[in-house]
Amino acid sequence: MSGRTMKPTMGRGGAGRRVVNALMSTLTAACAFIGVALLLLILGYIAWQGVSSLSLQFLIDTPKPVGEGGGIGNAILGTLVLLALASVIGLPLGIAAGVYLSEFGRGWFAGIVRFVADTLTGIPSIVTGVFVYTLIVLPMKQFSALAGGVALGIIMIPIVTRTTEEMLRLVPSSLREGALALGAPQWRVTTGVVLPAAASGIATGAMLAVARVSGETAPLLFTAFGSRFFNIYLDQPIASLTVQIFNYAVSPYDEWHAQAWAATLVLMTLILVINVSVRFLTRKKF
Amino acid sequence: MPTPTTPEPASEHGAFFRAWDWRRALSPTGNFGDAVFRAVLFCCALLLLVIVGLMFVEIGSSARLSIEEFGLSFLTGRDWDPIQGEFGALPFVYGTVVSSLLALLLAVPISLGIAVFLVEQAPRHLARPLAFLVELLAAIPSVVYGLWGIFVLAPFLREYVEPPLQRWLGWLPFFQGTVTGIGLFTGGVILAIMVTPIITAVVRDVLAAVPVSQREAALALGATKWETTRIVLANGAPGIAGAIILGLGRAVGETMAVTMVIGNRPEISLSLFEPSYTIASVIANEFTEATGDLYLSALVELGLVLFLVTFVINGAARLLVWSVTRGTSGVARA
Repeated sequence: MSGRTMKPTMGRGGAGRRVVNALMSTLTAACAFIGVALLLLILGYIAWQGVSSLSLQFLIDTPKPVGEGGGIGNAILGTLVLLALASVIGLPLGIAAGVYLSEFGRGWFAGIVRFVADTLTGIPSIVTGVFVYTLIVLPMKQFSALAGGVALGIIMIPIVTRTTEEMLRLVPSSLREGALALGAPQWRVTTGVVLPAAASGIATGAMLAVARVSGETAPLLFTAFGSRFFNIYLDQPIASLTVQIFNYAVSPYDEWHAQAWAATLVLMTLILVINVSVRFLTRKKF
Repeated sequence: MPTPTTPEPASEHGAFFRAWDWRRALSPTGNFGDAVFRAVLFCCALLLLVIVGLMFVEIGSSARLSIEEFGLSFLTGRDWDPIQGEFGALPFVYGTVVSSLLALLLAVPISLGIAVFLVEQAPRHLARPLAFLVELLAAIPSVVYGLWGIFVLAPFLREYVEPPLQRWLGWLPFFQGTVTGIGLFTGGVILAIMVTPIITAVVRDVLAAVPVSQREAALALGATKWETTRIVLANGAPGIAGAIILGLGRAVGETMAVTMVIGNRPEISLSLFEPSYTIASVIANEFTEATGDLYLSALVELGLVLFLVTFVINGAARLLVWSVTRGTSGVARA
């Protein structure tokens, strides 16, 4: 190379560097392609397998012995009961803790709560199941919808806490300062100004948390347990879509396998509708 | 700051009581409503700590019978035979560790590739929908992965992946034995698919937190796009390590999907094609059938082990990720 070159980057191994650059670009794009392709393969297969066994009768019937059809009506109802119970427990507590972290959380205590909330989201859900079993099922001497709802609620709390905090932090502090300057006490400012301003964000966070726990199976195996009948009593075992899918999937019968796919289609529809609608609701704002 | 609700002290006593005024201790503004409001919110935040503490105490006390009976030999014993009253957890520990490491081996390169593509290379209008689609992988429930694993992935691996592996690498002990499609290998692959969106999401946050000036400086010095990316990756290294550990924590605790494809046999085998068992799977399978206090207590102790291990893993991972993103990482997604 001469002393003065117009292209310094071509000084040493320029071609080689460009080849490496192109190669890595291709590889990373390929990784993204693999990820998206896997998603579409899985969702496509569920839709293809699920549709063939889906019927109105299937959606309202209770499970029957092999060869007699049957459906997932009680499992759908059970999942809704469990989700309602989990929301009643998880949403108020999670939102309140999130408000604390956002509005008052500056000291060491808030730091610990934040850390524990984040760590709690990573605790396996089956551990939560064991915990609720020792906490509720053993003293009551019975599997129950209550235990299942509490287990799902406990899983929801840290998720809701952190999304609520993040949403409240997006509310500009000038809103708080304006309300305080007008003489409103802090609690009026938070409940009357800050929370309404972040309401849609908190609601989408809550929807995502519900979607997340609606797919949980492990914590329900030995809390809500499962049932072959319609049930709305909280002290009785209750069916759920996920446990039903698991039981049918590991059974040796083709008919039950087909029903597992159909139940999966119902569950995935619920989860995807929530996720996609949240996506479109939040796109405008943030 | 004087407040109208607090009267001036009349004596030494007054000054003493004012210093301990509980309303001021609770609320700097001295408003009664504020004090109550803050106390209620504080209790809800405290509840998170109480839950974790209660988990530890409850699970620990239910596991006491087994802990006292077996001590440390619980984790080193190789025989799990509830009928004979033998409870050695080593096969489950082995299955958990190997399936999780296999999952990371497969998932980490792919996740890093996806994250780099989304943050550094893809145009913005392409990156956003792609990121959403990859995140949707995390929205699919574990039991659905399990169903798909049994009927699609396991047959596919048995027909098209495991035989070639055995043909070319069969001289390694890991790829010997009978090819059935059900075993450690399939468990590792399904775990890899499940942790990929989690690692990807956190690495994306970490890469996005690396200052743009780093990229501009590298590009200005004549670096190629890939060389710039390497510098960005080096800057985010602690956070990326955190993301990988976070993925490990998820893989270790993952239950349903693994239970459905790993074969559920408490044996230790070097071959990845042999059936195995994980800690989470044995709890899921045997908990409702456990007869006798000791059997149940042994299963609860497995839950305690899982709890402590994942707590430490997740705690460490969060600290690493926070060190790069300053506590603003999108936790809800992970």
